[in-house]
Amino acid sequence: MKVTVTVNDSEHSAEVEPRLLLVHFLRETLSLTGTHIGCDTSHCGACTVLVDGVPVKSCTYLAVQADGRSIETVEGLLDGGQLSPIQAAFKQEHGLQCGFCTPGMMLAAKALLATNPDPSDEEIRWALSGNICRCTGYMNIVRAVQAAAKAAAESQPQEVPA
Amino acid sequence: MHPPRFDYVAPRDLGEALDRLAELGDEAKVLAGGQSLIPLLKLRFAAPALLVDVNRVPGLDTLGEQDGWLRVGALVRHRSAEQAALLRERYPTMAAAAPQVSDPLVRNLGTICGSLAHADPSGDWGAVMIALGAQLVASSRDGERSIAARDFFAGPFETALRPDELLVEAQVPAPATRRSGGAYLKLERKVGDFATAAVAVHLAFSNGHIGTAGIGLTAVGPTNLAATEAEAVLTDAEPSDELFREAAELAARAAQPSDDQRGPAAYKRNVVRVFTERGLRAAAAMAQGAEVHEA
Repeated sequence: MKVTVTVNDSEHSAEVEPRLLLVHFLRETLSLTGTHIGCDTSHCGACTVLVDGVPVKSCTYLAVQADGRSIETVEGLLDGGQLSPIQAAFKQEHGLQCGFCTPGMMLAAKALLATNPDPSDEEIRWALSGNICRCTGYMNIVRAVQAAAKAAAESQPQEVPA
Repeated sequence: MHPPRFDYVAPRDLGEALDRLAELGDEAKVLAGGQSLIPLLKLRFAAPALLVDVNRVPGLDTLGEQDGWLRVGALVRHRSAEQAALLRERYPTMAAAAPQVSDPLVRNLGTICGSLAHADPSGDWGAVMIALGAQLVASSRDGERSIAARDFFAGPFETALRPDELLVEAQVPAPATRRSGGAYLKLERKVGDFATAAVAVHLAFSNGHIGTAGIGLTAVGPTNLAATEAEAVLTDAEPSDELFREAAELAARAAQPSDDQRGPAAYKRNVVRVFTERGLRAAAAMAQGAEVHEA
C-alpha cells in the first residue's frame, strides 16, 4: 500500500507491504542508514527515531502507521551542514565510544530537551532508560546531554528585566 | 526479523473497526500501541490475516472523570497516564504503576487497554485494575458490555473478550468522599524489565476504618491475580500493623509463582508478602493524611 511520510522535512511516497517495519523503510527504501538496528526485539533503543516529535523504537512500528506523519532521524539533526548542539555536545563530551547507540541516544535526548530544557541528572537518566549503551558509556552520555542543555540556554537571548 | 504477511486497515471510525473485527473474527488483531503485538508478529507467535489499526479512530483517547468513573480510553498511552496530574492527585495506584511500565520509548506508544487485552500475566495494569475494582468495557457490533477486571483474565494471554470485541475503555471507580490511598510496588532486575513480582494496593477509608481494600498481583500466576482473602480481612477493619502483616501473609498465599530466570517461587512469594505489607502501610498513611476529596 502507498505511504507518504515526511522524513527530515522532505516528503517521500512509496509502495510498501503492510508488514514493513519503519526501520527497514528508513534504511532500505530511503537509504537512511543512520538509524541502527540493534537488538531487533524492542529492548535496546538503537533504532529510536522521532515520530511527530515523540521518540519511538522504529523496529516496533510499521511504516504504514507513519502514513501522513513526520519522522526525524539522525540525518535530520545536521543543521545547515553544521553539527547540531546535541551532536556537538556528544562530540565534545565524548558521549560515544563505538557509536552504535548514538543516533538513538541523541534523538531521545532531543525529545527530552524539547520538553525539559534544563533536566537534572536523574531526569536525563530516566529519559534515556530505554536506550542501552553496550559500551556502558553512560557517564559521558549524561554529561553530553547536560552540555547540550547548557549550550542551548546560553544561546538563548537574555531576558530583559521589566 | 520481519513479521509474516498481513492485510492492514486503519479505520477512521469505531463502527468500521468493529465491522472488520466482526467479519474476520480471530483472524484479525487490533493494533493500538503495538508494543506487544509487533514483537509477537516478528517472533511469529502471531500470524493474523488482518491488522485493524485503531490509532486513527477518534474519541478513544479519553482520560478523565465522568459520572463517578475515571474513563481510560483504548488509545491512552502509558506516557499520558505517567504525566496526568489527575492520576497523581486521585488515583495513586495508577500514578505509581505508569512510570514502572517498560521503558520511556515503549510508554510513548503502548496503551493501558492494549496491555490489558494482551493479558500477559507479567503485565502491570491488570493488577492495578483488579485492585481498583475497574470495569472493562468491550464493544462489538452487537453493542457494549462491561466486564469486571477480576473476571477479565482467563489465562496467560487469554481474556473474556470475544474475537469480535474491542476493549474500548477501562473504567475505574472515582474516589468518593472517602479518604483513599494506593501503591504499586514492583521488583525488576533492571529498568524496563518485566516484573519479577509486583503488588498493586488500594485502600479507601470510611470513618477511620478501612472501607474497601483491593490487592492485585503481577507475575506470580497464570494471570494477574486478586488476593481476595487478604482483601476480605482488610474490609471494614481497623488499620493496624498486625492487620497489615496478616493481610500480607494471605496475599503471599494467594500467589502462584513459578521458578524461572527471574527467581525461585519461594523468593517471589516472599516478595509479594513484603510488598503487600509495605504497600498497605503506604496506602493507609496516604489515605489518613490526605485531604478529603469531594467527587
